[in-house]
Amino acid sequence: MCLAIPVQVKEVLPDNMAKVTLDGVSKVISTALVDDVKPGDYVVLHVGYALAKIDPEETERTLALIREAALGDAA
Amino acid sequence: MKYIDEYRDGRLAKDIALQITAAANPAHSYHFMEFCGGHTHAISRYGLEDLLPSNVRMIHGPGCPVCVLPIGRIDAAIALAMRPEITLCTYGDLMRVPGSNGSSLLKAKAAGGDIRMVYSTLDALRIAEAEPDREVVFFAIGFETTTPPTALALRFAIDKGLRNFSIFCNHVLTPAAIQNILESPDVRKLGTVKIDGFIGPAHVSTVIGTEPYEFFAEEFQKPVVVAGFEPLDVIQAILMLVRQVNDGRHEVENQYIRAVTAFGNEKAQAEVANFFELRESFEWRGLGEVPYGALRLRPQYAIYDAEKRFGMVTPAAKDNPACECGAILRGVKKPADCKLFGTVCTPDTPMGSCMVSSEGACAAHWTYGRFREHAKAREAGRAVA
Repeated sequence: MCLAIPVQVKEVLPDNMAKVTLDGVSKVISTALVDDVKPGDYVVLHVGYALAKIDPEETERTLALIREAALGDAA
Repeated sequence: MKYIDEYRDGRLAKDIALQITAAANPAHSYHFMEFCGGHTHAISRYGLEDLLPSNVRMIHGPGCPVCVLPIGRIDAAIALAMRPEITLCTYGDLMRVPGSNGSSLLKAKAAGGDIRMVYSTLDALRIAEAEPDREVVFFAIGFETTTPPTALALRFAIDKGLRNFSIFCNHVLTPAAIQNILESPDVRKLGTVKIDGFIGPAHVSTVIGTEPYEFFAEEFQKPVVVAGFEPLDVIQAILMLVRQVNDGRHEVENQYIRAVTAFGNEKAQAEVANFFELRESFEWRGLGEVPYGALRLRPQYAIYDAEKRFGMVTPAAKDNPACECGAILRGVKKPADCKLFGTVCTPDTPMGSCMVSSEGACAAHWTYGRFREHAKAREAGRAVA
């Protein structure tokens, strides 16, 4: 039920709507809960609404931390 | 797929699991509860438990809103849907949830009830707009993730002047449930499990942030790591929890920092606060009455509240006495401990709610876990022989 997926915004539409894509599958969703959505942004999509933007810098940081954790004390 | 595949690297997961084994003190056992069904699903699907050392055990918590919805609310929705003037819109997850005497919304639809599966509250609004002669009721369910979309639907309905749209509100709250797991009187009845820490919800936390867990970590002295739903997210969170336990810390840490902030989505919170207020008490399947564990519409929006508008009553209804969903939702029992599991209760013919949603502990175990257990038992048999 609370599963949500990251999708990329392709086009910002009127009335806080946006066209998004996930691996080529397009969908029109509401962005009324998130400010300043721009084409190219990734958002967390849940039941037709964007709940949050995905922060690309924090994504890189998380992946770096995961790789570091995998190396353990040797890192 | 960007932001998904990177977090499914099996080699990295194995390396992190080795670090967990190295960090976990062999003289101790670690019991962590993942609250969310999304985590339960990831743990089963990717076989994360197989990677963990035997002294680190995952306990599946009650975090699936479909699983915790009591039978009486399903019965009430079915009774409403059978009224000729009503169109009941619902998320697909709810269609097969068993009500009393083997009933379900799916069977009610087959019997002539106007029940329509929707993906989004926006679809329910479209139906209400297109069919002004019907009374369109949205069967609202879900944790803090799904509540803001319901709030926005109300805003749209009001803005568009829709008079034939209302909400049957069953929205529930995460922090109240976590608290209840640790301190409710039912703990004495059902028994309890040792819990050393929690993996905090992923998408719920995009809305409420990590801050609401602070009180809880402090009060109950349990570490909480908010984590994403991909396998690397979960396994990293387990390592973070092991380290907190080893250090004697009980802090709220955020693994899912790419989407979750300390204070969450304040715009979404404001929409929810505008339309909803706390229920003093609400029954959760498996947890009993949870104080302040659910929401209802504020009195000024009573005309949009299906319970008031249609005088709905929630009949008292009991689960099948052989169904162990209650103990499973609390982590006291495992799916395979239930007599019904895999015999009369399967995803095709669910008896209890844990089998209905793919995020339920029983459905996840049925789909992914049971084969692994057989393989392990075979392996062990061979070793003994």
